[in-house]
Amino acid sequence: MNSKVKDFIMKYTMVIALVVVFVLFCGLTGGRLLYAQNMSNLMLQNGYVLVLACGMLLCILTGGNIDLSVGSVVCLVGGLAAMLLNNFGLNPILTILACMILGLLVGCWQGYWIGYVHIPPFITTLAGMFVFRGFGRLVLDNKTVAIKEKGFLNIFTSYVQIPGLDDVKSYSAIIVGALIAVYVIFSTAKSRANKTKKGYRQNSAASDYGKSVVIAALILWYSTLLSQYKGIPVMLIWVVVICLIYNFITSKTAFGRYFYAVGGNENATRLSGIDTNKIYFVAYANMGLLAGLAGLLCAARVGSVNGNTGTSFEMDAIGSCFIGGASAYGGSGTVGGVVIGALLLGIINMGMSIMGIGDSWQYVVKGGVLLVAVIFDVISTRKSGK
Amino acid sequence: MADNILVMEHITKEFPGVKALDNVNLEVQRGEIHALIGENGAGKSTLMNVLSGQYPYGSYTGTVTYEGEECHFKKLSDSEVKGIVIIHQELALIPLLSIGENMFLGNEIKTKTGAIDWDKTYSEAERHMKQVGLNESAQTLIKDIGTGKQQLVEIAKAFSKDVKLLILDEPTSSLNDEDAKMLLDLLMEFKKNGLTSIIITHKLNEIIYCADRVTILRDGSTIETLEKGVDDLSEDRIIKGMVGREMDDRYPAREHKVSKDVMLEVKNWTVHHPLYQEKIVDDNISFKVQKGEVVGFSGLQGAGRTELMMSIFGKSYGTHIVGELYLRGEKTELKNPEAAIRHGIAYVTEDRKNNGLILDKSIRFNTTLARLSKVCSHGIIDVDLELHEAEKMKDEMGTKTPSVEQKIGNLSGGNQQKALLGKWMFAEPDILILDEPTRGIDVGAKYDIYCLINEMVSNGKAVIMISSEMPELLGMCDRIYVMSEGKLAGELTAEEATQEKIMSCIMKTSK
Repeated sequence: MNSKVKDFIMKYTMVIALVVVFVLFCGLTGGRLLYAQNMSNLMLQNGYVLVLACGMLLCILTGGNIDLSVGSVVCLVGGLAAMLLNNFGLNPILTILACMILGLLVGCWQGYWIGYVHIPPFITTLAGMFVFRGFGRLVLDNKTVAIKEKGFLNIFTSYVQIPGLDDVKSYSAIIVGALIAVYVIFSTAKSRANKTKKGYRQNSAASDYGKSVVIAALILWYSTLLSQYKGIPVMLIWVVVICLIYNFITSKTAFGRYFYAVGGNENATRLSGIDTNKIYFVAYANMGLLAGLAGLLCAARVGSVNGNTGTSFEMDAIGSCFIGGASAYGGSGTVGGVVIGALLLGIINMGMSIMGIGDSWQYVVKGGVLLVAVIFDVISTRKSGK
Repeated sequence: MADNILVMEHITKEFPGVKALDNVNLEVQRGEIHALIGENGAGKSTLMNVLSGQYPYGSYTGTVTYEGEECHFKKLSDSEVKGIVIIHQELALIPLLSIGENMFLGNEIKTKTGAIDWDKTYSEAERHMKQVGLNESAQTLIKDIGTGKQQLVEIAKAFSKDVKLLILDEPTSSLNDEDAKMLLDLLMEFKKNGLTSIIITHKLNEIIYCADRVTILRDGSTIETLEKGVDDLSEDRIIKGMVGREMDDRYPAREHKVSKDVMLEVKNWTVHHPLYQEKIVDDNISFKVQKGEVVGFSGLQGAGRTELMMSIFGKSYGTHIVGELYLRGEKTELKNPEAAIRHGIAYVTEDRKNNGLILDKSIRFNTTLARLSKVCSHGIIDVDLELHEAEKMKDEMGTKTPSVEQKIGNLSGGNQQKALLGKWMFAEPDILILDEPTRGIDVGAKYDIYCLINEMVSNGKAVIMISSEMPELLGMCDRIYVMSEGKLAGELTAEEATQEKIMSCIMKTSK
C-alpha cells in the first residue's frame, strides 16, 4: 500500500503541485481567485503561453533545444496584422492567413539552418530574436498601433453566444461541458472494451475510471464557472484545439514519436531509417507557425501592438515546458505536463496580482518555482533510475 | 599462510528489488594476476565498485580488508589514496585534452602560486608513459591516438597515482587481438615488479594466458576459485563454473542450406573518410552473400569492416562512395538508412549505446522504432498493438526483463543485445548485418544469439557477421572474408578456414 501511494505521488507530482498551489492561492486571496471572471481570464491570459509551449515542447524534445526568437516573432506577426488591418484594410481572414504564413516562413528559415546546416539552435534563434524584433519595430515604425477591426477581434476575443439559449445565463457552456464530460467517460469505457476484445493487457478499472471521472468533474466545474461569466471564450477554443492537436501528434503518431527518438539518441534514430534533419527542421518550422498564431492571439487580446510586444514570451513558454516535466536533455515531456506547467505559472501570476503583489516579486517566485520543479524532477528520476 | 593483499568477506549488496551480491568472498594474493569472471549480471562490476568505494561503506554489508587493515571507503578517492585504481570498460578520458592533462586531471601538479606546473606535468606524464611502453608526446590529444593507446594512457595514469592494486574492467573488449596481447604481456611484466592486478574479462583465452588464479561469480555469489597449476584451468572448466553446466557445443549446429540465390552483391566498393576526405577507408571491395548463408568478416580493428557495412547501409558512413550494389540481382542505390531498411537490410551496430538503442526509452519504444509503420495506420500508432508486438519479440529473442515497459538502459549487456536484435528482427529484413554481435556479453547470452542467427538463416535470410573473435567466425560462418587495412585480403570457405590461415591473410597484405 505504501509503495502504491509513493507511485501515485511520483506519477502525479505536477498535478499535486498544481492543486497545492491552487488551494494555497485560493486561501491567500480569500477565495477571490475562484471568481468566475478570474477563472475565465486565467485561460485567456495564458492562451498565448500554451500555444507557444506546445511548439516549444517539440523543440525541447529533440534534445533540450529551445527557441529564443518566439517573443520577437510574436511582435513581428502582431505588427504585420495591425498594419494589414489598419493601413491596407485587408479582410480579417486573409490577414490571419498572411500572418500564419509569415510565422511559418520565419520558422522554416530557422529550421533550415538548424536542421540542414547544423547551426546550434541557441545561436540561430538568438540571432532570430534580434533580427525579428528589429523587423517588428520597423513594421510598426516604432509606434504603438491599436487594432480596431471588429471582425478580427471577434475571431479571437468574443464569447460563444447562441441567441435564445444564452440570453439569461450562458447555458451553452454547461451543455458543451456536460457533453465533453460524458464523452471522456464514454471513451474510457470504449478503449477498455477494445482492449478486452483483442486480449491486450489492461490497467485496473479503478484507476482508469477514477482518472476519467476526475477529469469529467473538472470539466463540468469549469464549464459551470464559464457559464456564470459571459460563456465560452473563443480564445479558449483556439487554445484547447491546439493543445489537443499537439497532444495527439506527440502521443499517438509515428511522426511525433520520432521527436522523442531524436532527443533520446540521434545516431540510433538516424540508423533506424529516420530523417533526423527533417525532424529538427519541422520542430522549428512548426515553432514559427505557432509563434505566428500566438502573435495573433496576443495582438487581439491586448488590442494593440508595440515594439515591446512579446518580450520574454519565450521564457514563459520554456518555463512551462520544464516545470511541466520536459527533460532538459530532450527525449521526454508531454503536452499534458506542459499545460500543467503553464497553468501553474498562470495561477501564480494571477494569484499574486489579485493579492496586489508587484511584478518584481512575481519574477522572483516564478524563477523559484522553475528551479524547484527541475531540481525535483532531476532528483526523482535519479532515485527511480538507479 | 598466503600473503593476501586484499580479502573481501561476506559482501552483500542489495539494490531495490535485487540482491546484486550475496555473501561474496574474494581473496587476492600479493603480486598475482587475479581474474574475475562470470556471466553478465553475475556481480563482478558491483563487487569492484564496493571495493573502490563507488558504493560507500555502509551501503553494503561484509568486510573489506586491504593490506591487513579493514577499510571504510566513503568515496573513490579514499581507495585511490591507498593505491587501489580501477580502470573501467568505458574509458574515462577527455578527447580534446592532451594525454598529460588527462593523466593528472583532478590531481594536477601545481606551483607554489597554485597555477598548474606544465613542465613538470608533461615530464611526469612522459615518465609514466615510458613505464607502459607508450611512445607519444604527452601533449598529443587523446582523440588523436587509437583505443589501444588510450588504454595504455589509463594505465599510465594509474601509475601516476602510485598504484598497488590495479583493477581492469574488460580492458581488451575494444582492442584487437594484437593490442590485447600486448596489454596482457604488459600486465605480466608489471607482475614481476610486484604489481597486483584484478582483471575482469569475458575472454577465456586471455584468462588462461595470464591469470594466476580465477574467481568465478554466478548470480551474485562466489562459485569457486581456481588456481593455475593446482586446478584444471581450461576453457571448458571455466565455462562449466560460470554457467553451472557443461557446454559441449559453444556453437550450435545447423543444417547448412545455402541456396544459389545471391541476396547481396557489392562490386568495386570504395569509401572515403568523412572528415579526411582524401583518405580511403575501403578500397575497391567486392563480395557477395547468398540466401541462407552466414558470411563472416574477419580482420583487425581499423580494417574498415564496420565502415564498409555502414556505407552499404544507406551511406550512413563515409563520403565519395563509389561502387555497385546489387540486391537480389537488381542494381540498387540506397540513398539513406530508410531506403536500406525498405529494401530489407538491417544493420545491427557494434556500438549499441551510441548507435543502437535509446537507453532512456522502454523496450517497446526501441523495438518498433526501425519500422514503426507496422504498428501504425495512417501514421497513428496503435499503442496496444505495439505493446503486444513488443512482447512477442521479447519472447522470441528470450530477453530477460520483467516488462517491455522497462527502460532498456536498465537491462544487462546481453539482454540489451537481444533487445537490439529484436528491434531489427521486427523490421523484417532479409539481409542482416551483425557487427560484433557478441561483444562484451556472457557465454550463455552468446549461445542464445548464435541460436538466433541459425534460426534466421534457416528461415532463408542472409547474415553478414563482423567479428574480432576468430573462433566465433570459424564456428558460425559458411564463408569468411578477411579484410586488412581497407582491402579485401582473402576469402575462405568454412572447411578450409583456420585461425592461422586468417592471420596469414592479414599479414600478407599489411607490411
